Amino acid sequence: MQRKLSFKASLLFIFLIPFLSMAGGDTPKTDKKSEIKAYIQHHLQDSYDFSLFSYTTEDGSHKYIGAPLPVILWDNGLVVFASSKFHYGETLAEVDGNFYKLYHNKIYKTDALGTINYDDHQHPTNLKPLDLSITKGVVMILITALLMFFLFRGLARSYAQNKGIATGIGRFFEPIVLYIRDDIAIPNIGQKKHMRYMPFLLTVFFFVWFLNIFGLTPLGVNVTGNIAVTTALAIMTFLITNFTGTKDYWKHIFDPLGDSMPWYGKVPLYIILIPIEVLGVFIKPFSLLIRLYANMQAGHIVLMSLIGLMFIFKSWLGSPLSFGLAFAISLIEILVALLQAYIFTMLSALYFGFASEEHDHHDEAHAH
Amino acid sequence: MEIPVMVGAGLVVIGVGLGIGRIGGSAMDAIARQPESYGKIQTAMLIAAALIEGIGFAALFAVS
Repeated sequence: MQRKLSFKASLLFIFLIPFLSMAGGDTPKTDKKSEIKAYIQHHLQDSYDFSLFSYTTEDGSHKYIGAPLPVILWDNGLVVFASSKFHYGETLAEVDGNFYKLYHNKIYKTDALGTINYDDHQHPTNLKPLDLSITKGVVMILITALLMFFLFRGLARSYAQNKGIATGIGRFFEPIVLYIRDDIAIPNIGQKKHMRYMPFLLTVFFFVWFLNIFGLTPLGVNVTGNIAVTTALAIMTFLITNFTGTKDYWKHIFDPLGDSMPWYGKVPLYIILIPIEVLGVFIKPFSLLIRLYANMQAGHIVLMSLIGLMFIFKSWLGSPLSFGLAFAISLIEILVALLQAYIFTMLSALYFGFASEEHDHHDEAHAH
Repeated sequence: MEIPVMVGAGLVVIGVGLGIGRIGGSAMDAIARQPESYGKIQTAMLIAAALIEGIGFAALFAVS
């Protein structure tokens, strides 16, 4: 009983961390609203440190709790140093006589004084070395990859040992895997070819789902709300769709009307139709990436803004209100995390289905 | 941000809301008529809603 209680207390403390971090940064110089805005902006971005929260001490210096991560740059040779050298953007990092400055969450090469030169549009003109750093997002992706690798390899082994009967956590994951096979892959791709695409569909579903869920934990990561990550995922769908496309798929793009019309009838139509179809090939993965990115980004913004309400109201009314709203939105976000993973998998399967079908029923091909 | 862009984005979001609402309502009707095809209707509803939602987000990004 005692252990259970202390476990609950520590759990409560962990969930209070984001609130604590909001309570920090209490400087009277700037107004609260813009400060909260800046805080949300900061949270949405990837960072070079795995920082959990920060606060300002009595004498006005900032304290950060977290771990530094390796910064890897390619600047006429490999440059590797710990991100603690930046001191959260407060100082320059000096490596072998070169100086690097963290400016607006990007690394620039500067002189010893850290001067940033601007062009007419207020964009820095300093040299930007190729950045291959292990950032917070990359750490989270690696953790998720390892988690998935060991989890599903363990499941595969337990299935082999128990003659195909799920045990332990397999009882939780088996229905999900079966759902993806029976309700996403087979209806969209077809009985014959679905096994070809199942590895990708399962991987992308669990990857997106786990990362969405990690985004709701107090670790403060926002990986699927990062457009680079969703772009990479959508590019994979794009490549698989087009490289597994059958003759019928390409015929549908470049000769959608087929034999139903003589060539002189098709020419004026194709001037419009073919560009639209070709654009569609690119718009499909583009809508995938925007949907996932915007949903997760919007969820994080709403959640953080509601927590920020507490510091705008500054009365006994604010805290329960913002806590209640944030709690409700958190519950919705848990649903959205699953829903977005499902939608991504579902639409990927749909696109794979278009690409891999060999059909002679042309009326159905135009339904999308 | 210029005011017309914001108004336009607001109009788009109103349209998206109406559209998704209609999809949801129609799906409810369809499920009430044919409860046995609940799963299929729900899947089709989610896909259509997701496609429309994308336009709403595009409008929001035009503003931000």
